[in-house]
Amino acid sequence: MQISGAQMVIEALIAEQVEVVFGYPGGAIMNVYDEIYKQKGFQHILVRHEQAAVHAAEGYSKVSGKVGVAMITSGPGFTNAITGIADAYMDSIPLVVISGQVPMSLVGTDAFQEIDAVGISRPCTKHNYLVTDASDLARVLKEAFYLARSGRPGPVHVDIPKDVTAQIANFDYSKDVEIETYKPTVKGNVRQIKKAIEAIAAAKRPLLYLGGGIVNANAADLVREFSKITQIPAVETFMARGVLHHADPLLISMLGMHGSYAANMAMSETDLIIGLGARFDDRVTGKLSEFAKHAQIIHVDIDPASISKIVNAHFPIVGDVKSVLETMIPLAKEQIDPTRYDAWHKTIANFNKLHPLGYSEEGDRIKPQWVVERIGQLLGEDANISTDVGQHQMWTAQFYPFSRPRQWISSGGLGTMGFGFPAALGVKRADPKRVSINITGDGSILMNIQELMTAVEYDLPVVNVILNNNFLGMVRQWQTMFYDKRHSATDLSLQPDFVKLSESFGGIGYRVTTKEEFDAALKDAVEKKVVAIIDVVVNRFENVLPMVPAGGSLFNMMLEYKEK
Amino acid sequence: MEEARRVISVIVLNEASVLSRISGLFAGRGYNIDSLTVAPIPDSKYSRITIVTAGSVRVIEQIIKQLHKLIPVLKVYEHADLVEKEMAMVKIPLGESISDVEALAHAYNGKIVNVSSDTLIVMVADEPHRVGHFLEAIKRFHPKEIVRSGSVALER
Repeated sequence: MQISGAQMVIEALIAEQVEVVFGYPGGAIMNVYDEIYKQKGFQHILVRHEQAAVHAAEGYSKVSGKVGVAMITSGPGFTNAITGIADAYMDSIPLVVISGQVPMSLVGTDAFQEIDAVGISRPCTKHNYLVTDASDLARVLKEAFYLARSGRPGPVHVDIPKDVTAQIANFDYSKDVEIETYKPTVKGNVRQIKKAIEAIAAAKRPLLYLGGGIVNANAADLVREFSKITQIPAVETFMARGVLHHADPLLISMLGMHGSYAANMAMSETDLIIGLGARFDDRVTGKLSEFAKHAQIIHVDIDPASISKIVNAHFPIVGDVKSVLETMIPLAKEQIDPTRYDAWHKTIANFNKLHPLGYSEEGDRIKPQWVVERIGQLLGEDANISTDVGQHQMWTAQFYPFSRPRQWISSGGLGTMGFGFPAALGVKRADPKRVSINITGDGSILMNIQELMTAVEYDLPVVNVILNNNFLGMVRQWQTMFYDKRHSATDLSLQPDFVKLSESFGGIGYRVTTKEEFDAALKDAVEKKVVAIIDVVVNRFENVLPMVPAGGSLFNMMLEYKEK
Repeated sequence: MEEARRVISVIVLNEASVLSRISGLFAGRGYNIDSLTVAPIPDSKYSRITIVTAGSVRVIEQIIKQLHKLIPVLKVYEHADLVEKEMAMVKIPLGESISDVEALAHAYNGKIVNVSSDTLIVMVADEPHRVGHFLEAIKRFHPKEIVRSGSVALER
């Protein structure tokens, strides 16, 4: 079929069954936008900033499990998008990001809106392409989708010069992807798996260390089955919230810098870590030389580069965690005695009793943790929960009752403020029947506030709940604790009227100072099905606790903080 | 941790930007490249890149894994038994004794490859540490310019 490069992009997206593209047009990508105008195969959602296009595609991908697609123009369009691309790279989210580029004849001449896009995206994409001939487009786009979703998923960037989108060439999308140099290992080594099972059967205090890779691999059901059969307790990383049901008695909690005391103590006392799709991030391990000193480590990961990167694995298993668990479960049934760990369960129950996760009420002031718990009580399983980055994010990870994978959408690795709202738009687009809540802070929300317009235009009624403490709270917390209360550039006392702000875009807004008002506002916002901001005035100096101070050991947590 | 010199041989798809992917991987992590050579493998769509670097066992292991992770990388040889050679060329003023230079070059698998009106160029090809010795020895002939090729290596 002889068609233009721009038409090829459309044909490829339709062949990949893409249902929505988040994007923003501009000079270099206009040929493609002209074809978008003419087609009916997918919806295009016009965001109001290119960064939001990528975050929306991330949110869409996280909830749907499909590859998210974002489209932007060259130069500033692309550089605006790079934060989103880097975010997706850090959190292994499958995306295809298509950018326009100046025509090949101008590439390298410092042309208007020219930037070396593939040079910039190289270190923060799984792979990238500069397409110099339209006859390569079918292969490149097909590879891009395949690379994005296979192996360890990630963003793939395709940069297409304007003359290439105008060029007529042959288009054949039927050929299978054949990349000789790329063959991800899916099936784990059976001998290694058998050894791992023997190690579990011999361990006294094994611990499941569950990571976000389980969500990517759609393996949560198998993890639940494995833990039930073996009765091995589990800790979740930030990225893995929802893999186990919050009420599962085997789930201790989240571990790491703001994990629970019991989770971190379990990690410090275990004699066998069973790491599934987790990467021993520095926010998880704390001080490395003190991390899990008594433990042997089984590490299952699709990415060989993640294994023994931070800590040495005794039983490395490269493979898709779902496939590996399928092999492990029948072996576990035969060889592992689930009553073997009773003493270990008692130890953990004691840790839990000693310092349970909690917070104290203080008069009528709303505590931010209460807001998170309350949303959980009122909406629970029926809501998908996005967040921005900071204190509110950690409180949500700690206190929201997650009950299923893909319910939790947050920027983990890169920690991108401004992620939550556009991501929640993508979430709503992917799962319109559920309420899409963005729990945010008074700092973060302003970083992509322009997306109120997108929400109104495309009828994506996200409910933004601001835990408003008039501070960049997390930085303020560190300044209080470690910088002798010098609150440098973190006081956000000067604020917009969030209610009027939302209304000015056509949304609704609530200013909330009591618990009763909050309940009423949330109920009203969910019912009205219009984009909303609920601006909740919370206790100003609340800290996220417990806490492992940066560089500290997991077992040496700060459980409370008294102002000096 | 003990830093050791390592030679890594990488077979990659011969396509635009592959070299920047490799060098970027080193640069972004602060790993050093002592030398790097690249040339196409005849009658194939691949190139061979030979990288000499230094690092602890752990760093090298991580480099190898990260190299494998790059999409256009086919194979990485590191602990393999490698035969390694390097070439160097040195420009020397013609005032020096040609036969002395010739004799020295000969000891290091080399010879005089060019003589112009006022300089000569001598070339050697040997193990990298021996090339180093040669470059020490040649100093007394007052070299004006020196170029080293960087290592090439092949599994035994």
